[in-house]
Amino acid sequence: MNGEQLKTTLPAGKPDYVKVAQSSEFKDYMQKRKKFIVPYTIFFMVFYFLLPICTSYTTFLNKPAIGDISWVWLFAFAQFAMTFILCIIYVKKAGALDKQADKIIKEQIGGGLQ
Amino acid sequence: MSATVIVLFLAIVLLTLVITYYAAKHTKTTGDFYTAGGGLSGLQNGIAISGDYLSAASFLGIAGAIALNGFDGFFYSIGFLIAYLVVMFLVAEPLRNLGKYTLADMINSRFDARKVRGSAALSTITISIFYMIAQLVGAGALIQLLFGIDYWIAVLIVGVMMTIYVLFGGMIATSWVQITKAVLLMVGMIVISFLVLKEYNFNIGTMFSEVKHVTSHGAAYLEPGLKYTQPLSTISLMLALVLGTAGLPHILMRFFTVRDAKSARSSVVSATWIIGIFYILTLFLGFGAAAFVGDTKIIAANPGGNMAAPLLAEALGGEFLFAFISAVAFATILAVVAGLVLSGASAFAHDLYGEIFKKGQATEKQQMLAARYAALGVSVLSIILALFTQYLNVAFLVSLAFCMAASANLPVILYTIYWKRFNTSGAVTAILTGLISALVFVSMSPSVWSPVEGAALFVGNPIFPLDNPALVSVPLGFLGGYVGTLLSKESDPVRYAEVKVKANTGYREQA
Repeated sequence: MNGEQLKTTLPAGKPDYVKVAQSSEFKDYMQKRKKFIVPYTIFFMVFYFLLPICTSYTTFLNKPAIGDISWVWLFAFAQFAMTFILCIIYVKKAGALDKQADKIIKEQIGGGLQ
Repeated sequence: MSATVIVLFLAIVLLTLVITYYAAKHTKTTGDFYTAGGGLSGLQNGIAISGDYLSAASFLGIAGAIALNGFDGFFYSIGFLIAYLVVMFLVAEPLRNLGKYTLADMINSRFDARKVRGSAALSTITISIFYMIAQLVGAGALIQLLFGIDYWIAVLIVGVMMTIYVLFGGMIATSWVQITKAVLLMVGMIVISFLVLKEYNFNIGTMFSEVKHVTSHGAAYLEPGLKYTQPLSTISLMLALVLGTAGLPHILMRFFTVRDAKSARSSVVSATWIIGIFYILTLFLGFGAAAFVGDTKIIAANPGGNMAAPLLAEALGGEFLFAFISAVAFATILAVVAGLVLSGASAFAHDLYGEIFKKGQATEKQQMLAARYAALGVSVLSIILALFTQYLNVAFLVSLAFCMAASANLPVILYTIYWKRFNTSGAVTAILTGLISALVFVSMSPSVWSPVEGAALFVGNPIFPLDNPALVSVPLGFLGGYVGTLLSKESDPVRYAEVKVKANTGYREQA
């Protein structure tokens, strides 16, 4: 249970992480992860901050949308819908990459040990 | 205090003690103590995470804020919810892959530097203690209201209970108390929301139409701007909410209680669903309280609106529902403060004592003893501080805790995982700049200074205009880390390759 055994100089038996990190499999995996994490993160942050920005600087969201429910409430509810949808998308995308991560561990790291 | 209230109150106390008894039997190693041995399932941990989140402040505070301020109260619900996307997309899995017990473990997986560990521990301890004083003072006031007992007795009861859970049952007891309470709380929320909706024949449109007329604000109640009138202040608050969550130590610690990144992922997913549903229900509670209790009565019971939910329960469900909601509110307080004690204690015992003072050479027995002493120390310290701060307006402590978490912890977490050039001096400057700037700006803000006597801590004009300085202090935290990194030539691409591979694939070396 000693978590501090890691040294910068590589002792024998320690995987060559630089080699793994530079392998085309790992680079491909990272590329795929970035490709969904970065755009979605930008999207939800923009969508989120649009709400206080719109309510602070404009009043157009106060117009009624459905009966007495105004657009600002619909925008607020849309934040909930977005959260649930992105949650589902994240699980799907991250789950799809799990196999590739396991493969990298098995072929690139696991084989190099012992 | 009625007999029903007493019986339910005692039932909660008894139930949590039984949980602690069983948990104590399974708490044998420091791993059990800090992280329940990493043995919680994704769903269990997800419920526990939502439990950590659904503090008395969210449950009673947001219901009250919506009841009194309409749409502006709902801002909190949205901010806390979207925060989960930040945790899910950027933090949860790499954190689980790199860390062991504490935030400092995770950052130090890249650095092995005592000054980095020390800074991270300092920020964890500061945030946990400030946040806990706010919770305890709020809890004392609330229990005083709910059960009609003196403030100091109320604080002592909560303090003694949280100490017992953590001291004997560690993270296993804390998690199961949290899970039990989260389930009870959801049941309570669903029942009240159902009763509110029933009054409107289950028509949400009717609810909006009627609420428009019942409050003293009229149509403005349903529009933003009732409470938050300054644009930058609103945006700054929203920034603190969405980023602060991803840096609160007692929330981060929850990702070490599962086996691997996949369970960490599934726990964020269950937590997101539970919290999402919960925050939608806060709307029914808030509107219901505005309509069926009325703002005059809510403010008379507590100016902050904290009694809105229990009073609504009484109005719609009678004495039993009031007693049930009060007991659940009590359980909520207990579970959240226990989690805070644990995160503070882990930074003291694991980071400062075990890794820095003993250089990682402490025996298992010494570590366990240190963990328990630290838990006791953190509890006693917070109880004493809470007893002396009864008459202080502690709202600023909550904003301070969120702001510190967003400014001091989040930049260093993101840099550690994603920035190749990042180094030890950058890690130290990121944490310290964030921590100090949050502290300095809050202490100059309207949360601390108000020209109206009693409205804030001191009487006077605030030098800094924003209640919550996240808009300035978060960029400063990032900037501090950036400048600190560039000022030092040190850089270790080999070590970063290791961190990058581990953080993203979940590979662990067998120790």
